[in-house]
Amino acid sequence: MDFLRPASWEEALAAKAEHPTAVPIAGGTDVMVEINFDHRRPEYLLDLTRVADLYEWEVGEENVRLGASVPYTQIMENLRPELPGLALASHTVASPQIRNRGGVGGNLGTASPAGDAHPALLAAGAEVEAESVRGTRLIPIDAFYTGVKRNALAPDELIRAVHVKKADGPQQYSKVGTRNAMVIAVCAFGLALHPETRTVRTGIGSAAPTPVRAKTAEEFLNAALDEGGFWDNGKVITPSVAKQFADLCAAACNPIDDVRGTASYRRHAVGIMARRTLTWTWESYRGTAARSEGVA
Amino acid sequence: MPSNAPLGTPTKVTQGSPTKGGIGESTLRPDGTLKVTGEFAYSSDMWHEDMLWGQILRSTVAHAEIVSIDTVEALKTPGVYAVMTYDDLPTDVKNYGLEIRDTPVLAHGKVRHHGEPVAIVAADHPETARRAAAKIKVEYRELPVITDESSATAPDAILIHEGRDDHHIGHVPHPNIVHRQPIVRGDVASARERADFIVKGEYTFGMQDQAFLGPESGLAVPAEDGGVDLYIATQWLHSDLKQIAPVLGLPEDKVRMTLSGVGGAFGGREDLSMQIHACLLALRTGKPVKIVYNRFESFFGHVHRHPAKLYYEHGATKDGKLTHLKARIVLDGGAYASASPAVVGNASSLGAGPYVVEDVDIEAIALYTNNPPCGAMRGFGAVQACFAYEAQMDKLADEVGMDRVAFRQLNAMEQGTLMPTGQVVDSPAPVAELLRRVQAMPMPPEQQWLTAGEAADVRQLPGGLSNTTHGEGVVRGVGYAVGIKNVGFSEGFDDYSTAKVRLEVVGGEPVAVVHTAMAEVGQGGVTVHAQIARTELGVTQVTIHPADTQVGSAGSTSASRQTYVTGGAVKNSCELVREKVLELGRRKFGTYHPAWATAELLLEGGKVVTDGGEVLAHLADVLEGETVEIEAEWRHRPTEAFDLHTGQGFGHVQYTFAAHRAVVEVDTELGLVKVIELACAQDVGKALNPLSVVGQIQGGTTQGLGVAVMEEIIVDPKTAKVRNPSFTDYLIPTILDTPTIPVDVLELADDHAPYGLRGIGEAPTLSSTPAVLAAIRNATGLELNRTPVRPEHLTGT
Repeated sequence: MDFLRPASWEEALAAKAEHPTAVPIAGGTDVMVEINFDHRRPEYLLDLTRVADLYEWEVGEENVRLGASVPYTQIMENLRPELPGLALASHTVASPQIRNRGGVGGNLGTASPAGDAHPALLAAGAEVEAESVRGTRLIPIDAFYTGVKRNALAPDELIRAVHVKKADGPQQYSKVGTRNAMVIAVCAFGLALHPETRTVRTGIGSAAPTPVRAKTAEEFLNAALDEGGFWDNGKVITPSVAKQFADLCAAACNPIDDVRGTASYRRHAVGIMARRTLTWTWESYRGTAARSEGVA
Repeated sequence: MPSNAPLGTPTKVTQGSPTKGGIGESTLRPDGTLKVTGEFAYSSDMWHEDMLWGQILRSTVAHAEIVSIDTVEALKTPGVYAVMTYDDLPTDVKNYGLEIRDTPVLAHGKVRHHGEPVAIVAADHPETARRAAAKIKVEYRELPVITDESSATAPDAILIHEGRDDHHIGHVPHPNIVHRQPIVRGDVASARERADFIVKGEYTFGMQDQAFLGPESGLAVPAEDGGVDLYIATQWLHSDLKQIAPVLGLPEDKVRMTLSGVGGAFGGREDLSMQIHACLLALRTGKPVKIVYNRFESFFGHVHRHPAKLYYEHGATKDGKLTHLKARIVLDGGAYASASPAVVGNASSLGAGPYVVEDVDIEAIALYTNNPPCGAMRGFGAVQACFAYEAQMDKLADEVGMDRVAFRQLNAMEQGTLMPTGQVVDSPAPVAELLRRVQAMPMPPEQQWLTAGEAADVRQLPGGLSNTTHGEGVVRGVGYAVGIKNVGFSEGFDDYSTAKVRLEVVGGEPVAVVHTAMAEVGQGGVTVHAQIARTELGVTQVTIHPADTQVGSAGSTSASRQTYVTGGAVKNSCELVREKVLELGRRKFGTYHPAWATAELLLEGGKVVTDGGEVLAHLADVLEGETVEIEAEWRHRPTEAFDLHTGQGFGHVQYTFAAHRAVVEVDTELGLVKVIELACAQDVGKALNPLSVVGQIQGGTTQGLGVAVMEEIIVDPKTAKVRNPSFTDYLIPTILDTPTIPVDVLELADDHAPYGLRGIGEAPTLSSTPAVLAAIRNATGLELNRTPVRPEHLTGT
């Protein structure tokens, strides 16, 4: 196994072009476990820790451009207002030590359905900035996950950053594990309200071969909120609407039975999390609406 | 010459001299700071110049005939020094085992469980060894797997071990049953007639792992005399030695063992793991060989707690008195016997719990199956039984219409009660009092997740940091449980220990050196031995010699026994040293003061004093250049075997009791549990080190919580393969899963034991699990007859 240590982003791209089988490593919280247990023995490891740019983030007008290696701890501590869903998801990642090293780039690169960041990225609306010596492209998050532990990256591409829409409304994130901390998701759910576009987006983790959105549930809820004038009147969402939304989210799952949980439990739990996160975000939205009315 | 305390007579309880750092004080562990700061050297940290690394190839299937093993490619690997299989074993002794030597050092002809050692490799780098092991080609012809009682005892069942000749085969109903122990007393059939209420239950206990943090590891160094020095993390050096030496073909004095840093044990190091393999490779290659399991291998490298099915029937009269108990306990011992016979003895003899019930018919068996071998783990058979009888107590109390605690108190045993084995409980048994104490503790406040601000503190809620509820669906429940555990090795086992104690003067200061073979596995023996020596010899400075086989056996660090038995041995040897010192003093100074002849003399603060406190001489003057050293064995009172048909007999040395009150909050919609508090009351006889006592109780309580809500090795019933051999999927409690554990310690002396002490390590592991389960049942109204409880069970999904 050769260890490639590029000193800059350009060198990293060149190395990846030369050795498309090279496995990028940054925090090493996933790759090193695989190597230590001999589950994986890549020909080349491409160490990105010297590429300082990957640890930076920029808060723009519309988006946050989040470097691929920005550790979860930084997201929790610095980007809570802009990326509340992702910050909540970051809180649930493993232990403090792992959160100090691991970042979203690794989650995306591995593309495990159980990656904690995915539901938050799906719900917020994100684009993955992928680059190779051939150029840069932005891959919409909806098109990024292509199969179990597979993604849309070309063999010579590296993830430089992820562009996440700044929150324009409340976001929530829930994850079920059988321990109260430091646990891999049995299933997870992300929800973001987008009052500017009057839409709701979702993300489901660990309950299908890839992270997925519950699109039918979103469409149903978008229509129901519009029809009832909820975005304007800020009324409490009726229990029947919340239940239907929850049921549709559960129906969006395509889970399996495994050592962490049963398929039917996963479906059930996604439904519960959908209902609860909708309640939390909507209550928060109503609170905001009321306050802004007050100010006006 | 070894000197023994008289058998069967109570040890005199003496009030030790008040020397600083003596018994009863919370002196600190000598290894505490090193462990907390990461500087302590564990067995996996050892290194020797020129050493090789050993690697074990393990079976990928659970039950198969071995058709062939091809080691050619492995041997060709550069850097490989040796590859060994069964055929390379040097003597006719090719098996080992704690009681029944049924475990092959390397598989021969057949593998009986997933992960069984088949071949071993030594190479100059661990990676080389691992890769070479992977090149060994083993051809298996798979056999059907036996995974439960019905497949094990079917008339045409394949025998896991053919041609058994162990001493249990004569009394078991089927060769796939390791051991069977009935406990029969009174007449259950007629007692059942008196019952106004009868409660039956079937309970399932999952397979728990000890999950010690320091994986199996050791270093074998070949010696010039043809012997071997083995540095090893174990629970009992001399038991290892007796199993290792014959396989190597060496006399025991040529296998010199030294305890290295042990990272936890909990029963998982009672059986051998890599000891013989490392020695074989070291003797074969003439080089030191180190073997360290990684976490994955560790899950295959030691026995687990027996999973169990328990069938219980209790009766009670309408005024709440127990009439009878009929119980059947089926323990899955897996492929090899390990400690199964003794676990059967415990499960059956303690199967009625700490209650008065005169008509009893209990049967416990352990099966041979192709599941992972199971053996010793903290609580040892008493844990599984406690889970069942405590669930029964709640159901019965409800049937009778009594408060659940009051019902237990009404039926609680006390000093003088007859066990179902006919043994009289002849020391305090404060069962009702322990329950009263946990019940009397203040309840934790409701809804602790509410904060001054708007947001809920999710750390206080089920789901914790995963942010699954802000209070929705959360219901509180409270549950109680109490248990009974034996202390020490039972059923007639010669459960002695040995201590060598030396007193000498170094630089004008008297110093005691305590040398035992006791395995310090975290329990705190090294702390209390020093305390005992200070108390008995009146010195401040005590050196604890490293544990090795250059001194007699200390017995196992198991069964909550070390403070009792090796502590007793240290006390005894100190007393013998003290007698000698006083003799010396009388000879030298006797004529100067009449008190030398008439008064009771003590050693205190480095001086010989009368019981009135008058100083007669300085130890330094008494000893002058002389060293007083005594090595002596010490025994607690003997026990006897249980009758094979009736289970009657004076089987246990001592009983120990703990009670818990669990307060849980359950997210009833998601099936997630937060244990809010686990209050414990335990009688410890005498707390030699109160800080350590509380630590043991909190640790045992947490381990019991683990198997209540998360810890389980999952074995595929179709293949008998382990599905979750990692800390990713075998979950143990984090600090966010660990509740507040208020502890109420009782000290009611047991007059038979040194200082009146009672073993403490295991009892809290028993009642913790059923208390948590009772609290979850209380919150959800569900029956929950299995542990651990998973979200699926709570949500019906």
